Amino acid sequence: MDVVAIVLTIITASTPLLLAATGELITEKSGVLNLGVEGMMLIGAITAFATTTVTDSAVLGVLAGAAAGTSLAFVFGVLVLILLANQVATGLALTIFGIGLSALVGTGFVGIALEPLPKLDLGLLSAMPVIGQILFAQDFLVYLSFFMVVLVAYFLSKTRLGLILRAVGESHDSAHALGYPVLLVRFLAILFGGFMCGLAGSYLSLAYTPLWAENMTAGRGWIAVALVVFGTWRAGRVALGAYLFGTITILQLHVQGWGLEIASQFMSMLPYLATIVVLVLISRDGAKIRLNAPQSIGKVFTPSR
Amino acid sequence: MGSKKTFGLVVAALAIVMVAVWFLAQKKTDEASVSETKIGFVYVGPIGDHGWTFQHDRARLEVEKALGSKIKTTFVESVKEGPDSERVITKLASTGHQLIFTTSFGFMNPTLKAAKKFEKVKFDHATGYKQAENVGTYSARFYEGRYIAGVIAGKVSKTNKIGYVASFPIPEVVRGINAFMLGARSVNPEMSISVVWVNSWYDPGKEGDAAKALIDQGADIITQHTDSPAPLQVAENRGVKGFGQASNMIKFAPKAQLSAIVNNWGAYYVERTKAMMDGSWKSQDVWYGLKEGMVEMAPYTNMPDDVAALAKKTEENIRSGSLHPFTGPIKDQSGKLVVEAGKIADAGMLLGMNFYVEGVQGSLPK
Repeated sequence: MDVVAIVLTIITASTPLLLAATGELITEKSGVLNLGVEGMMLIGAITAFATTTVTDSAVLGVLAGAAAGTSLAFVFGVLVLILLANQVATGLALTIFGIGLSALVGTGFVGIALEPLPKLDLGLLSAMPVIGQILFAQDFLVYLSFFMVVLVAYFLSKTRLGLILRAVGESHDSAHALGYPVLLVRFLAILFGGFMCGLAGSYLSLAYTPLWAENMTAGRGWIAVALVVFGTWRAGRVALGAYLFGTITILQLHVQGWGLEIASQFMSMLPYLATIVVLVLISRDGAKIRLNAPQSIGKVFTPSR
Repeated sequence: MGSKKTFGLVVAALAIVMVAVWFLAQKKTDEASVSETKIGFVYVGPIGDHGWTFQHDRARLEVEKALGSKIKTTFVESVKEGPDSERVITKLASTGHQLIFTTSFGFMNPTLKAAKKFEKVKFDHATGYKQAENVGTYSARFYEGRYIAGVIAGKVSKTNKIGYVASFPIPEVVRGINAFMLGARSVNPEMSISVVWVNSWYDPGKEGDAAKALIDQGADIITQHTDSPAPLQVAENRGVKGFGQASNMIKFAPKAQLSAIVNNWGAYYVERTKAMMDGSWKSQDVWYGLKEGMVEMAPYTNMPDDVAALAKKTEENIRSGSLHPFTGPIKDQSGKLVVEAGKIADAGMLLGMNFYVEGVQGSLPK
């Protein structure tokens, strides 16, 4: 059994979930529920793939993917914050729109193969057995995903801006009364969410499976949304959830390959089941969940004049 | 209260637009039903999957090309198997489509239900086993191709281990696994297959992960019964060999693809459409293979010449009928003889295959 290989596969399987969930966490903490994660990821994926194919630059591809996710989030922001559309319905529409638009844009890119995203190479350090490959030979989006989790956790708990963001998510009326720009804060949070979903999509089409295939997210956006809720809106737990899900997904494939006598249908269910059970268990304190959950999530804010 | 007024206006405007669109759509369908024949296609995946659905859509385009302006085709992609598909099929039937191809196993019961409601509409359902007066079924003997792939794998593999990325444990898939195993063991009795079920027809990420897991466990040949090119691409990146599925995937794996089992539905769809137009359409159950051209092999690449020659010879023998992949002696996993030497597995066993042959690892999920 090659543990290193398994760990490497787990990292690739978890990274897109982690990126998207971190973005959605900030969006939800500001009191906005964006169910368009799947759509933004797909738009990010095709834009990144198309840009990389045309320009031959993975960096440009990732930037374009992130920008595409952000622009779709911009549309969402205008709809729910300015035109006061229902967030759940708009989010669902965004997903459907993203699936369709990415398929349309992607028709010319089906059947093209790309080189996977380049990996970090620190010479001797990366060549070290076991640790080297896991710690020092990933592509930059993997490092970025970890950095972002730490950054978001620090931002939410230790900075003044983070406090404002949470206040806006907690009670937009109070925040507004205190003079905080509720709509601006939420807009930025939505854009950040879109940016991260764009990155997650780029990771899918450039590193995870370097190809474009319609609807290639295959539900990962929804898992990211669920992770935020089951991780009770805490960055660390969301990250734990993402890795738990990735780990069990990969391990169940290995267990099947070893030929153990467990029903494959049960194994396929296991990542969902285990992630929910673990996250529910570690955060079963109802009072704390209520503390963490943004109270005005999904509610429309109209500034009183 | 300004916003409420605006909202009311928007709703009113939307309502007007929707009514207008509805009227226009009504008019359009009326016109269409008199002037041309409409053919509907229901797909389980996106047409850009570069596999199963991609090939069905390619065949749809062939129908358009062959019959031109006399017909009009409509397709609905990414239709979930189950109740949702019944809605889609019914919708096509009620909008004037006279022949509808439902192209996934899970559309079987919904197709039959819709067929009951629309007795004049003809249906052709892929890979199913239930027919009706106006429902025919068709499938391809993919196992013939898988047997050839097995022969190649048996010759090329160094670790004697094949990694098989599978979708759902239905007879169609199990038959493919067994055919591959029989082909491999016909040239190398040491071969074994490890199967990983991803419980999905289409999830590039998970299919790729399954391939990685199998390679990590020592497989040096990857083959798949799922719809995306991801497993083959993983094989390419990891430096092992593999087979394309449903369509020629050489672009994704120029160094890894040994061959591909290509589904070619075009000729059949044209034939059925013509039959429907001249009134000779009848419910039937066909199971075509290499001989009829519904199954094709992509060029034999990335292998020594003698292996390619052997593959060609095997293909020729299957086409001419002198070789049937499921010719005894065939033993199941427990070593029990299920097909006696010299006999060929009967249709019942082939269609309802629910056991692994000797050499396949693990147990078949029930």
